[in-house]
Amino acid sequence: MVQGFLDQVLVIVFIVLKILCIAIPIMLLVAYTTLAERKVIGWVQVRKGPNRVGFYGLLQPIADGLKLVLKEFIVPTKANKFLFIVAPLLALAPSLAAWSAIPFSEELVLANLDVGLLYVLAMTSLGVYGIIIAGWASNSKYAFLGAIRSAAQTISYEIAMGFSLVGVVMAAGSLNLSDIVLAQKGGFFHWYWLPLFPLCAVYAISAVAETNRAPFDVAEGESEIVAGFHVEYSGMGFALFFLAEYANMMLVSALCTLMFFGGWLSPFEFIPFLNDYLLWIPGLFWFLFKTFTFLFILLWLRATFPRYRYDQIMRLGWKIFIPVTFAWIFVVAFLVRFKVSPWF
Amino acid sequence: MFKLTKMLKSFFLIELFQGLKLTGRYLFSNKVTIEYPEEKIPKSHRFRGLHALRRYPDGVERCIACKLCEAVCPALAITIESQVTPDGYRKTTVYDIDLFKCVYCGLCQEVCPVEAIVLTPISEFHFDTRSDHIINKKKLLQIGDSYETKIAYDRRVDTC
Repeated sequence: MVQGFLDQVLVIVFIVLKILCIAIPIMLLVAYTTLAERKVIGWVQVRKGPNRVGFYGLLQPIADGLKLVLKEFIVPTKANKFLFIVAPLLALAPSLAAWSAIPFSEELVLANLDVGLLYVLAMTSLGVYGIIIAGWASNSKYAFLGAIRSAAQTISYEIAMGFSLVGVVMAAGSLNLSDIVLAQKGGFFHWYWLPLFPLCAVYAISAVAETNRAPFDVAEGESEIVAGFHVEYSGMGFALFFLAEYANMMLVSALCTLMFFGGWLSPFEFIPFLNDYLLWIPGLFWFLFKTFTFLFILLWLRATFPRYRYDQIMRLGWKIFIPVTFAWIFVVAFLVRFKVSPWF
Repeated sequence: MFKLTKMLKSFFLIELFQGLKLTGRYLFSNKVTIEYPEEKIPKSHRFRGLHALRRYPDGVERCIACKLCEAVCPALAITIESQVTPDGYRKTTVYDIDLFKCVYCGLCQEVCPVEAIVLTPISEFHFDTRSDHIINKKKLLQIGDSYETKIAYDRRVDTC
C-alpha cells in the first residue's frame, strides 16, 4: 500500500522533473531571444544594440525580467479582474505545453504522441484565446481592437497553415512528429521543403502571422493602437505575454524544422564520407541549429518589413495562400500516389 | 503583360527578398554607435551649452548691465538688476538665468557688446534640487573663471 503510493509519488516527481528539463531551458532561451532580437534589429539599423548590462549586454534579459517582476501589476478599475489575470497565463501555457510533443532528437521527446501534430496545432490555436480574453477583459478600446484583429488574423491563417501541414501529413503518412522527421531521411534534398516548397513557404509566412509577429503584428500595432491587446498590462502580466510571444516564435521555428527541414537529421546524409565524418554530432545540435536559423529569420523579417495593412493581410490569407495550398495538395497527392523518387 | 510580370513579381516575393538582401548587408556593416560616456564626438567651437559670465584679464567684470540680453532673450530666461558702483561703473547686482526656460539659442551671446555672457561647450550638467535650475551671477562668474582659457580659445578659433 505504502509502496504503491511512494511509486506514484516518484512517477509524478519524475514527470515534473522531465517537464522542468524542457520548460526551464525554453524560458531561458525565450529570455535570450529578446536580447537576440534587440541585437539583430540594432545591427540591421547600423547600431550596436544593448551592450551595457554585463558582457556584451548578456545580462540584459535578466535585468529586464527583474525589472518587470518588481513593477506593480495594475488592474484597471473597470476590467474584468478574473479574466484580466487569467489571460496572460492562457497565452503562455499552451505555447509551453506544445513543446511536450516536440522531438528534440530521435530519443529525446517527452511525449511521443501518435497524433503529435494535431496536439501541437490544438495547443497553438489555444494561444489566441489568451489574446482575445486579454483584449476583452481590459475594457479598453485599443486592447479590444487588437484582440479582434488578432482573432481574425489567427483564424484566417490557421486555415492556410492547416492545409500546408495536410500536405506534410500526406507525404509522411503519419501524424507522429518523429515519424514525419524519419520519413525525410536522406539528407538536405530529401527533406520536404523541396517537394512541398509552396507549402513550406506558405507555412513559414502563416507561422509569422500566427505568432502575431512583424510584418503581421497588427494585433500589437504600436503606431495605431498603442500596444493592442496588452495595452493595459504592466509588470508580470506584460512579461507573460512577452514570454508567450517568444515561446510561440520558437515553437513555430521548431515546427518548421520538423515538418520541412528534417528535424534532428543531418543535412549531409547524402554525402557518404562526410556523413561518416559528422556522425559524432548529436541530433539535438542539428535540431537547435535549424530552429535558431528560423528564429533568426523571424527577427530579420521584423527588422526589414513594415506592417501589413489589415485588408492586405486578409487578402493574402484567403485569396492567395489557401488556393496555393489547395493546388499543391493535389500535386502532393499525385507525387505520393506515383511514388516519385527520391521523396516518397 | 506588365500586369502579369507585376503579379509574378509579387507572387514570388521578389521585392521582399531584395529588401531582405539590403538589411542583410547592413547586418554586417560597421556600426555607427558611439558609446557615449566612454566615447564622445568632437564639439563645434560654436557649441551652445551652459552659460558663463566673463571677466577682463585684470579681473573686472565685462558685463556693463546694458540688458540687451535680457531684452533679446526669446524665452525670458534672463533677469538683470543693475546699480552704479561708487567708482562710477554700472554693474549688475542680479544676473539670473533660468536654465529650464533657456532654449540655448545663443542670442544673448550674439547681442552682447562686450562678450560678457557666453555659452560654453559644457553640456553635461544636472541639478540636484529643484531650485538649482536658476543660476545666479556668482555661479556664472565662477563658470567663466574656471573655463576662461577654453572660452577664449573657442572664440579666437571661431573668428579667424
